[in-house]
Amino acid sequence: MKRRTFAGIGAGVFLLPLAAACGNGDDSGDGGGDGLVVGFAQVGAESAWRTANSESVQAAAEADDRIAELKFVDAQQDQEKQIEAVRNFITQQVDVIVLAPVVETGWTDVLQEAADAGIPVVLADRGIEAADEDLYVTRLGSDFAEEGRKAGQWTVDTFAADPDGVTRILELQGTTGSAPANDRKAGFFEVLDGEGLAYELVDSQSGNFTAEEGKAVMETFITTHGLEGIDLLYAHNDEMGLGAIQAIEEAGYAPGTDIQIIIVDGSKAGFQAGVDGKLNYIVECNPVFGEQLMDVVVAVSEGDEVEKFTPVEEGVFDASQFEAELPNRQF
Amino acid sequence: MSPYAKRLMWPVVILLALVAVNIAATGVDFIVPSVNDDGRLGGAFVNILRRSVPLLLIALGMTLVIATKGIDLSVGAVYAIGAAIACQTIMDSSDQGAAGTVLTAIALALVVTAVIGAWNGVMVAAFGIQPIVATLILMIAGRGIAQLITGGQIPKVEDTSPFTELGRGAFLTIPIPIWIAALALTALALLTRRTALGMLLESVGGNPEASRLAGIRSKGITVLVYLVCGLCAGLAGLIGASNLGSADANNGGLWIELDAILAVVIGGTALLGGRFFLLGTTIGVVIIGTLEDTIINVGLSSQWQFTAKAIVVFVVALLQSPGFRAWILKPFKRTPQARVEAPAPAKAEEAAK
Repeated sequence: MKRRTFAGIGAGVFLLPLAAACGNGDDSGDGGGDGLVVGFAQVGAESAWRTANSESVQAAAEADDRIAELKFVDAQQDQEKQIEAVRNFITQQVDVIVLAPVVETGWTDVLQEAADAGIPVVLADRGIEAADEDLYVTRLGSDFAEEGRKAGQWTVDTFAADPDGVTRILELQGTTGSAPANDRKAGFFEVLDGEGLAYELVDSQSGNFTAEEGKAVMETFITTHGLEGIDLLYAHNDEMGLGAIQAIEEAGYAPGTDIQIIIVDGSKAGFQAGVDGKLNYIVECNPVFGEQLMDVVVAVSEGDEVEKFTPVEEGVFDASQFEAELPNRQF
Repeated sequence: MSPYAKRLMWPVVILLALVAVNIAATGVDFIVPSVNDDGRLGGAFVNILRRSVPLLLIALGMTLVIATKGIDLSVGAVYAIGAAIACQTIMDSSDQGAAGTVLTAIALALVVTAVIGAWNGVMVAAFGIQPIVATLILMIAGRGIAQLITGGQIPKVEDTSPFTELGRGAFLTIPIPIWIAALALTALALLTRRTALGMLLESVGGNPEASRLAGIRSKGITVLVYLVCGLCAGLAGLIGASNLGSADANNGGLWIELDAILAVVIGGTALLGGRFFLLGTTIGVVIIGTLEDTIINVGLSSQWQFTAKAIVVFVVALLQSPGFRAWILKPFKRTPQARVEAPAPAKAEEAAK
């Protein structure tokens, strides 16, 4: 409990808005039985997504007989702490190091030390710069562009037979310049353009992955463009989408009916809004990849060939599936 | 023109220019309020005013703190704490709709945030810690405290709870946040302009030691001012949280302290302490709020947001600089100057302030 307290305070210290899409920490969990010792340097405890991610990894390590111990370090969004953690793992001669890097750069030295010590490194969630590609075995994480493509595919399927011929779209982007925002946008429009859907992007602004800004931007969209004739709102995460839903309701429209809504992430609150009929499609950004991560870790330690990038298994959910899926949501 | 009106003139000119740009881009509808189905005033400009209320409350508190030559960096974190306490209290209660629950939650949040503000004041006044350092402590630790309160999650209040009325409701068709802001502005203006408090504040900001020797209890006044600032930040957090029906410990009121300081400066209050302008701060807040909408309305992309803000602040800062104004107006002022043979206008203006 005490460590969790410090983790919380630490997360408040080093707030990084870019992590809002995927993004939390806890103290260490010990697995049972003989097997691998795994060191996990987690980003921090900055969002509900990250909490779910940490809990998933710890639970999976606990349940997995192949894992003897998971050494869990919460870096409180500080790269220095992560480098320190990785060095400690090397000194302790763990079998596999799992790293969820805070930033993309500055990993060459410490990862080279791990390589020299013969300890394989697996990246979780986020990546590092291409120049250091040889210093890790594989990255397990979300494919943000694929998430965008899934949203795009649903849009094409739903609006191909749009009676007025042109699908008019509003977009709420994530934090400007962040990988999830860039890739979710690019993947979405790649499919729309590729499939030849007749669409008009009426407006696209950043809501910074927060409910507050999502709501404010949506209010302005409504006063500037009106909602008449707008077919679709594409929100890069559910916080922004949920904020926008409030703005739409307060303006006297029915979200999910008057305007169709796609969100990415899929938290409990997002699914609840889906069950209430206020949105139409959820593309999952899955933090619960603990079990998949353990499989990768074991494969890596046994020297198996693995792809450089292992996408996390992520689903999509439409209106018919919201209610059934809601109880399964972990964040 | 009185010096006071002169101070307000440039921010008002900028605001009018921004409004004009918006009207040109989106039509007269921008400024004309409409009535929503639920009997609340809406429309673009009313929305801007409503959304600006949390920033305004914080900026008003910040104006008073800056008048005493201080600064409060912790307001964003205090915002998050206020929001977290209110939402968590309501969420933990058995009946989220009960008026008693909501009032308890609001009272608890306000008391805690006022105490936090007073603590900042005590560190500055009694222990002599520099304001920027004293309040930096809570700016850093405050969000951690908010996270402890919420357990790292985002507490959500049911839409049916009367708490959400604070941010979304209306009284006599005018949105409740705007009422709160108007009341706060009037109360602070009366307190500082109709009583000696305002003069005492300016005196403490101008020279604390001289004020103390003149018999002013400057320490007590400093603590009071930080208390009011904390209270304003807590109230802002309540309004923000009730608008969303949730409290985000990480992102709620993030960087709002910088926007608040910006609004104070745009409004003509100098960071050196002394004279302060509550109405100027208010106009500064509306400028910032309008600016964010303007970027969307004229069709600029999100990447422009910071640059556009910087350009407007740059223009305001230049316009407020007597030296710059004298330089730019020189060619136009030559004739009257020659006739009256008065000293340089810049100096006269400076003296007037």
